[in-house]
Amino acid sequence: MKGIFKVTTKTIVAAGIGAALFALLFMYVKIPSWVPETSFQTAYGLSALIGTLFGPIAAGLAAFIGHAISDAVQYGSPWWSWVIASGVASFIYGFAFKRTKVEEGVFGIKDILTFNVIQIIGNVIAWIGVAPVLDILIYAEPVELVFTQGAVAALLNSISAGVIGTLLLIAYALTRTKKGSLSKEA
Amino acid sequence: MTVKMKLFSYNLMDTFIHHLSGLTKLICFLFLTFAVMYSYDIRVILAITAFSIFLLLKSKIKFRQIRTMVLYVLIFILTNAIISFFFSPEMGVEIYGTRHDICKLYGRFYLTQEQLFYSLTKMVKYASVVPLGMIFLLTTNPSEFASSLNRVGTPYKASYAVALTLRYFPDIQRDYRDISQAQQARGLDLSRKAKFISRVKNSLLIVIPLIFSSLDRIELISNAMDLRGFGKGKSRTWYTAKKFNRQDILALTVSALIFIGSICVSVFINHSRFYNPFI
Repeated sequence: MKGIFKVTTKTIVAAGIGAALFALLFMYVKIPSWVPETSFQTAYGLSALIGTLFGPIAAGLAAFIGHAISDAVQYGSPWWSWVIASGVASFIYGFAFKRTKVEEGVFGIKDILTFNVIQIIGNVIAWIGVAPVLDILIYAEPVELVFTQGAVAALLNSISAGVIGTLLLIAYALTRTKKGSLSKEA
Repeated sequence: MTVKMKLFSYNLMDTFIHHLSGLTKLICFLFLTFAVMYSYDIRVILAITAFSIFLLLKSKIKFRQIRTMVLYVLIFILTNAIISFFFSPEMGVEIYGTRHDICKLYGRFYLTQEQLFYSLTKMVKYASVVPLGMIFLLTTNPSEFASSLNRVGTPYKASYAVALTLRYFPDIQRDYRDISQAQQARGLDLSRKAKFISRVKNSLLIVIPLIFSSLDRIELISNAMDLRGFGKGKSRTWYTAKKFNRQDILALTVSALIFIGSICVSVFINHSRFYNPFI
């Protein structure tokens, strides 16, 4: 838990570059789902990676800025309730920061479980809690519609963060030098 | 998948909207969009829409600059109206408290005047923020944007993250295009013809190199910023920040009045966020 909210230069840069990547993936690398206005977004796999590597502040900001920019460029104005929910979900993914051994080059079964439990909690809170409630408060959308969309988004984004996030983290762990990988020659 | 869209395709022109400071435009944008977001009174919304279209014409934005956006928004509001109807066809009746059937469609689906009015209000509402967003995006200098954010109270580190995003988006877009074309040249299928699972797998083959090259970039930029002492002070100044003049004050006053007016109409005239012509 110690120091996961600390803001360093790296946190800021990770948020900035992460947001640019997030906006790009959000616009171009998505696969439409069977429910209108929701799609399988690879961007949440990215924000899960940013969260695990750089913490909640970096991931939350990256998703918030990235989502707002991609909405503004595509629709002229951000859809605030979902932009905020993206930020919240990614902020919660960030609780996996310093709880896994990915920086030491290990991302085993235990780390995968920790990471996925956290990301599923984040997605449920953001998409079944925050997003529909804000939709109703800000935009007075029909209740059944927003909760259906929310449930589908929670499912799809959990799959995105779970599958893509996990694969990215495994790939990242392979690029790190393992702790104690040097051995003394006899 | 061609990537042609430009982020903030800003060009400097000689109109009074271009001359306003970025801070003014940000605050006006927020005032006007919140006024529309809050109100469900079609008269207020139409008035604000007319005003924002007037501003759009004044700022000399050409239609081809905004064509894609207009198309996206039209598709969005139409699907939204249709699926809202299928999920809760009685939403209008619930809100306005009366019932004027027009005809029976199918099963539990009745077309009512209330539902039509609710859908129409919502469509105008969502469409009306679009001209405002376009004016803001197309007439604001991107490097001035971060300084404006800082001056409305966003911490400067968060504003700097936005500045970095705007600066590096084109670079990352170029990387993405290079990687995507290289992978497609090797036979990667991203079209609808491929199965869902293989499309997910194929998109991963583009995303992984893109993300890993960006992680290197993060390392490089944050070292460079640390070397220049980023984040040592409590505040920072911005090279592009503009001073306020009379026109800025005027624009701010007008949009604040519109915002207050919209709230007043809801509170004192309609006694709710909705305007009810049925009683």
